[in-house]
Amino acid sequence: MNVFRFILQNHEQVLELTLEHLWLVGLSTLFATLIGIPLGILIAHRPRLNKPVLAGANIIQTIPSLALFGFLLPLPWLGERADRLAILALTLYALLPIIRNTYTGIRGVDPAVMEAGRGMGLTESQLLLQVELPLALSTILSGVRVAVVISVGLATIAAAIGAGGLGEFIFRGLAMVDNRVILAGAIPAAMLALAADLGVGWIERRLQAQ
Amino acid sequence: MASPLSPIIEFRDVSFHTAGTQILSGLNLKVDLGETLVLLGRSGSGKTTTLKLVNRLLSPTRGEVRVNGVSNADTDLIRLRRSIGYVIQEVGLFPHFTVERNIGLVPRISGWPEDRVRARVPELLQLVGLAPEFGSRYPHQLSGGQRQRVGVARALAADPEILLMDEPFGALDPITRDELQREFLSLQQKLRKTVVFVTHDLREALRLGSRIALMEAGRLVTVLAPQEFLHSNDPAVAAYVRAFGDGLESAANRGTS
Repeated sequence: MNVFRFILQNHEQVLELTLEHLWLVGLSTLFATLIGIPLGILIAHRPRLNKPVLAGANIIQTIPSLALFGFLLPLPWLGERADRLAILALTLYALLPIIRNTYTGIRGVDPAVMEAGRGMGLTESQLLLQVELPLALSTILSGVRVAVVISVGLATIAAAIGAGGLGEFIFRGLAMVDNRVILAGAIPAAMLALAADLGVGWIERRLQAQ
Repeated sequence: MASPLSPIIEFRDVSFHTAGTQILSGLNLKVDLGETLVLLGRSGSGKTTTLKLVNRLLSPTRGEVRVNGVSNADTDLIRLRRSIGYVIQEVGLFPHFTVERNIGLVPRISGWPEDRVRARVPELLQLVGLAPEFGSRYPHQLSGGQRQRVGVARALAADPEILLMDEPFGALDPITRDELQREFLSLQQKLRKTVVFVTHDLREALRLGSRIALMEAGRLVTVLAPQEFLHSNDPAVAAYVRAFGDGLESAANRGTS
């Protein structure tokens, strides 16, 4: 097939853009995890914050991605480099599944287990680290998994503001009306999403086994 | 000062209400060292609330609860709870911990050396009638009765003076419940813990309690020994006894049989 011939012929550029793509997705997922899990824990313990935080994350999710990239463009420091912008936008998008799943996972812990733990004299941080987080782990990680898969797809749009990544092939292919070029971006992106999904699943199993 | 004669738990004019609902009013009650005090009553009578006031899962709106002669509001919360064993109907074993880790939890977080914890766990398993092999199992691999045994072992792990038990055998089938009640009695003969035991089952109360405190609508009706309870003229007590029907004498006579 000529798609694959095209990819082979341009393998250096495909590899470079794939790495750029990975960089965007990896960094934004990392940030979203670092922000989202503590936020999810917070709203699970402070029911009053739950609605506003989830509503905020939901609203972000509804902003069309292209528009969000555009909105962020005038920001100082961030606007100077397209990849910073893209990482911020992707982080914002990835927050919702991570916050929501952390919240759901922690709220799903059997209240009897919590009461027994509290009654036995576990401190709040011991309850969190030894009971809530381990029991919520698989739900939290499935949120991360969703976030990664969404990010891989969304990151292709980051090319529109010049942040690089596999979206470059897609936009170029669209401009050239050349399906081969589009697929040279789309196929590696799809494979990346699959690999990320499997990767997080693997991490999940490793952590569970402990 | 806490001399052996002073009550180990004392409720002094304790009331508790949440969001406008009076759950407990004017409770005065003493629990003596080494006795099994049963809080008996229907659901909503305030017996579980009373229990939770002891380890401060709840705090009284008025009055004070004294443990070992000191108001428990003045005691460090975490230390207070670690010094009191707590068993609930749903058991509440940590599903991701093995039986060994469940039982060893309180000793470990209280800073016992690891080898002492390791020696303690099989000892406790034996005490509640489980083979040492159970240590490596997970709660979901146990039957309801076995789980409750582990729950009791876990509560006893750090050798607390006081044991709070909230309908611990309520969810078990009658045969298993009977078995665990019998073991509770023989365990209590050996250990002589101060036990506060919540139940709505009069038969269980007569069998296990050294005294029975009947509660109704947030008030303490009376505190009586099992035999007195059966023959009391108090209308509330008599109504409770009538509701449970015949064959109660044998339950109350467990001490002599």
